[in-house]
Amino acid sequence: MSSALKPADLITVTIDGREIAVPKGTNMIEAAQVLGIEIPHFCYHSKLSVVGNCRMCLVEMGLPALDPATKQPVMDPATGKPKINWVAKPTIACFTNASPGLHIRTGTPLVRECREGVMEFLLVNHPLDCPICDQAGECKLQEQATGYGRGYSRYIEQKNVKPKRTLLGPRVMLDDERCILCSRCIRFSKEIARDDVLGFIDRGSHSTLACYPGRKLENNYSVNTVDICPVGALTSTDFRFKMRVWFLKTTPSICPESSVGVNTEVWSREGVVYRITPRRNDEVNDTWMADSGRLLYKQVTADHRLREPSVDGTTVAGAEALAQAGALLKAGGVAIVGSGRSSVEEQFLTRKLADAIAAPAWLVSRVGQGDGLLISADRNPNVRGALVTGLIKTVPEAELTELAAQIAAGKIKTVVSIGEDLTAAGLGEAQLNRIAIVYLGTHANATSAGAKVVLPTLTVFEKAGTFINQQFRLQRFAPAVPGPQGAADDLVILAGLVEAAGGGALASDIDGLWTTLASEIKPLATVTYQNLPATGLLLDASDFSDLPFPEDETLHFNPKQ
Amino acid sequence: MSVIQVQRKPLTFAERTYLPQVFGGLMITLRHFFGRRVTLEYPEQRPEIAPGYRGVPTLVKDPNGREKCVSCQLCEFVCPPKAIRITPGEISGDGPSAHVEKAPREFEINMLRCIYCGLCQEVCPEEAIFLQNVYSVSGYSRDELVNDKEKLYQLGGTLPDRHFKWDKKQAAASASPIAHP
Amino acid sequence: MIDFLTNLPPVVLGLLKGLAVICVIFPIAGACSMAERKVSAWLQGRYGPNRVIVPWFAWMPFVGRGLQRLGVFNLLADGGKLLFKQDPLPGHVNKFYFMIAPAVAIIPAFTTVVVVPFGAYFDQAGQVVPLMLANVDVGLLAVFAIASLGIYSMILAGWASNSKYSFLGSVRASAQLVSYELSLTLSVLPVFLWVNAPGTVGSLSLARVVEFQSQPGFWGGTWFIFLMPVSAFVFLVALFAETNRLPFDMIESEADLVGGFHTEYGSFKWSLFFVAEYAHMTVGSGVFVLLFFGGWNPLPWLPIGTLFGWLGLVQSAGHVSYAIAIAQGVLSIAIFLAKVLFMIFFFMWVRWTVPRFRYDQVMRIGWRRLLPLALVNVVVYALLIAVIQK
Ligand code: SF4
Ligand code: SF4
Ligand code: SF4
Ligand code: SF4
Ligand code: FES
Repeated sequence: MSSALKPADLITVTIDGREIAVPKGTNMIEAAQVLGIEIPHFCYHSKLSVVGNCRMCLVEMGLPALDPATKQPVMDPATGKPKINWVAKPTIACFTNASPGLHIRTGTPLVRECREGVMEFLLVNHPLDCPICDQAGECKLQEQATGYGRGYSRYIEQKNVKPKRTLLGPRVMLDDERCILCSRCIRFSKEIARDDVLGFIDRGSHSTLACYPGRKLENNYSVNTVDICPVGALTSTDFRFKMRVWFLKTTPSICPESSVGVNTEVWSREGVVYRITPRRNDEVNDTWMADSGRLLYKQVTADHRLREPSVDGTTVAGAEALAQAGALLKAGGVAIVGSGRSSVEEQFLTRKLADAIAAPAWLVSRVGQGDGLLISADRNPNVRGALVTGLIKTVPEAELTELAAQIAAGKIKTVVSIGEDLTAAGLGEAQLNRIAIVYLGTHANATSAGAKVVLPTLTVFEKAGTFINQQFRLQRFAPAVPGPQGAADDLVILAGLVEAAGGGALASDIDGLWTTLASEIKPLATVTYQNLPATGLLLDASDFSDLPFPEDETLHFNPKQ
Repeated sequence: MSVIQVQRKPLTFAERTYLPQVFGGLMITLRHFFGRRVTLEYPEQRPEIAPGYRGVPTLVKDPNGREKCVSCQLCEFVCPPKAIRITPGEISGDGPSAHVEKAPREFEINMLRCIYCGLCQEVCPEEAIFLQNVYSVSGYSRDELVNDKEKLYQLGGTLPDRHFKWDKKQAAASASPIAHP
Repeated sequence: MIDFLTNLPPVVLGLLKGLAVICVIFPIAGACSMAERKVSAWLQGRYGPNRVIVPWFAWMPFVGRGLQRLGVFNLLADGGKLLFKQDPLPGHVNKFYFMIAPAVAIIPAFTTVVVVPFGAYFDQAGQVVPLMLANVDVGLLAVFAIASLGIYSMILAGWASNSKYSFLGSVRASAQLVSYELSLTLSVLPVFLWVNAPGTVGSLSLARVVEFQSQPGFWGGTWFIFLMPVSAFVFLVALFAETNRLPFDMIESEADLVGGFHTEYGSFKWSLFFVAEYAHMTVGSGVFVLLFFGGWNPLPWLPIGTLFGWLGLVQSAGHVSYAIAIAQGVLSIAIFLAKVLFMIFFFMWVRWTVPRFRYDQVMRIGWRRLLPLALVNVVVYALLIAVIQK
């Protein structure tokens, strides 16, 4: 952010005696963070408007004293620096923006006392719920209580009792006792989700969060309120009481829901995924993600998951299934239906396979309605990967009419489908009966049911790879959990097929494959899987600028630009 | 620190022959030979278990019969050998403990792993898990030595409660005008 | 019957006697191992083995329970275990010597029994006939000679085991046995100087030593322990060392040598070493009783002949009553055995009381204390005897 600015735009502020140059107007909580100084806060959120109602971020503020006559700073003769006029009362840091000469102090006894006072008030009516509270372990209130709490309560009156199980919407549960009235959820609904259903009712310590009468918090971004709620007041009905967060391991991943390429964190324990949360990427999804994308982990253990390789419906060993598929490929007359859900590496290997047997390759498009926020019209996460790796030359169609025609003409005898349901892509009984199908995929469908050879593969959560999103941003995902016993990594299967088809031996591990990728694909020339930045790498898209992509405007993406 | 030099007394002649010592020893052992037996004949006689003994970890109920564990999983986290395995669950419906909201659906302690350290008891915020006086654990298979929830409550029984935290909370809730809108 | 026995061909007789030795000593050694466990328990205020019971005995009131508490059936269980458990043969050993070492241990241990008299009866001439399997004139010398062969088994076992603990154990064994054998032999010299007065036919027979202690009169009936306490003491200490009993069991010394020379042994082969040790102990106790405790004489100054007289167990002249002979024999054996058992108990008693010496202490005691003491003892008694018997 600041690197794009000229030094002239920067101003210098002083935090705890250390100077830092920041753009004018920078929030002081953020400025302090750059220096590694944490200013505790509850209501402030970097992507939401500032309301300043929790008072946790109180700091001491001062400005250089100005000579009333000259309007010049008064110098302190002792230090040779400008004299600072400290404001008598503490100020909230979240509402303080960087201005020239601004000084703040975050470590003074006054500040400490303020924080302790705020904590004591916040905890007055707060229930002793941590043992049953899903937020425990990632709760800001808990964290600050360890630093600024008293350890015991001076409050001897009866605590307020409030409703504890209010369903705000299908996916969000409210525990009013735990709410600290920070209004983050209200601001999110209004400002980001543009679904202004939340608000406070009643006064004083009886204030409670509520939905507008007759409305529900049911927009497709509602679970983000759970993420940003600093306490356990809002909980996700899906994750509620499932597992404590301190057992969960996080793996950076990419949401495969659409071509936005939302950055996510996959939370798993011992091979089981428990939830998916957004991972901050200010160029793609800020700190949000759609509710629908959070549920995609359920496909990992879905009933119709393919778990064993099979030939003609009989379970066989992986090597045998691969050999059968290889024999079909060698017999000629092969067409390949690749996938916009495959990773860049898989699409590259698919292209290698097509090249090895001179087979034509198609992709099936999946276009829906974009929501203008974090779900784009193209529901394939990686169509651009297929373009960059050269698997296809143009934007795919929803129907495989050309393939249907070639089958009808008898030119195609075998179709390799990478997880695509050919029936859904417009091939009818008549065509399917004339071909043998080699199906690589994660879940059973009509095509896998009729396939000659089925080779189970891995979901996004079980393998490493990269996607190229609508911005032509190359983003990496890592395996969070192991795949089922009988399934093999897509790369291993594809490399095996390439070799069986006579295309030579290719690396089937992600790092080995990237050496080949970098040397063969021009836009990826300097990339390796390991050195890809966490926020992704923007590729040169000029070659594809005039293709008719289906996406409309979404957060941080405008196709018109 | 100063060093104190302890002078060794020179041995007397009798001591150097070692015979009086041997003889004295023989007399001592002979006294024991005819003395009282101190062995505890274990399966028939059982040792008295002192309070504070760290036996098999168990789950307890409060005097009203409410299961105290709320499956916060702190014990599972703190357990050094990872002997505890909890599947948390929700208390639904309108039962007497519905307001506690959470209870273990399954709670297993693998006694092949447990090292009787007592950390689970120490960490439990609900005073629900106690290492009590059960000291003899045996079984014919590994599975038998994994105590499930039912077994743990059976071993634990009921212990007195000092707080009745949840009962107080329920009383406050029924007295409050806004708890049930 | 005795005639029948004595008239058997020597080979058959020899076999019978051998069988008798095995049948008697083996159970005694086994019983000793059990006794050791019980005695150690009692000495430490425990009960010791008291659990095993065989069904038929379980149905017997009192007797079965008593035997169970005594651990009698533990002995059977132990024996069964040692017989039937897996007999490992480590891969790094010299197989041949490893296998024969236990046999080498057991042969001398059993052989010595042959020359030890364990009772006596009077023939019609009123002559004492000692009960022993082979009445050889060299008596004690045979015991010493054969018993010291046992050392070869330890050296063999230690060397063949090809393990440092075993080897150290066997090296210690050879050094220790050599050291103490000197004192052992020297300590009995005064006894035989006394027994073999100048002019008489010399004999090393142990029976003769007993006879000597059964003479009438004050001096005649005095046991040698009173006449020669230093000899008895030196003999006893050396005996502890020779039989590898605590506090002298440098050879096993499980605290520093794991198991000493038999570290690599298990199950039946190991139990042979065990039995050999107890056999040595039994024979050693027997010899000690014979030399210093008046053998089968019930009390000092009370020869067994007198006892027989009181009990009317006297052969009438001209007629041999086997019944009387057998009764006399049994009684004398019982007395003798009682003393031996006490000695064995004493061995155990000491073992569970006195801690083990260090190896250097063992060597020092042997060479610098016991040997000079034995030498002085011999010289003093030689002079005394010379003066008295002149
Ligand atoms: S919101 Fe935080 S402090 Fe409150 S009960 Fe939950 S975990 Fe504890
Ligand atoms: S529910 Fe959470 S986010 Fe909303 S106001 Fe309360 S504490 Fe803040
Ligand atoms: S026993 Fe205690 S620590 Fe363990 S889960 Fe239950 S309440 Fe938590
Ligand atoms: S006593 Fe220690 S080892 Fe055993 S269950 Fe409790 S915490 Fe785990
Ligand atoms: S964070 Fe500044 S007032 Fe809440």
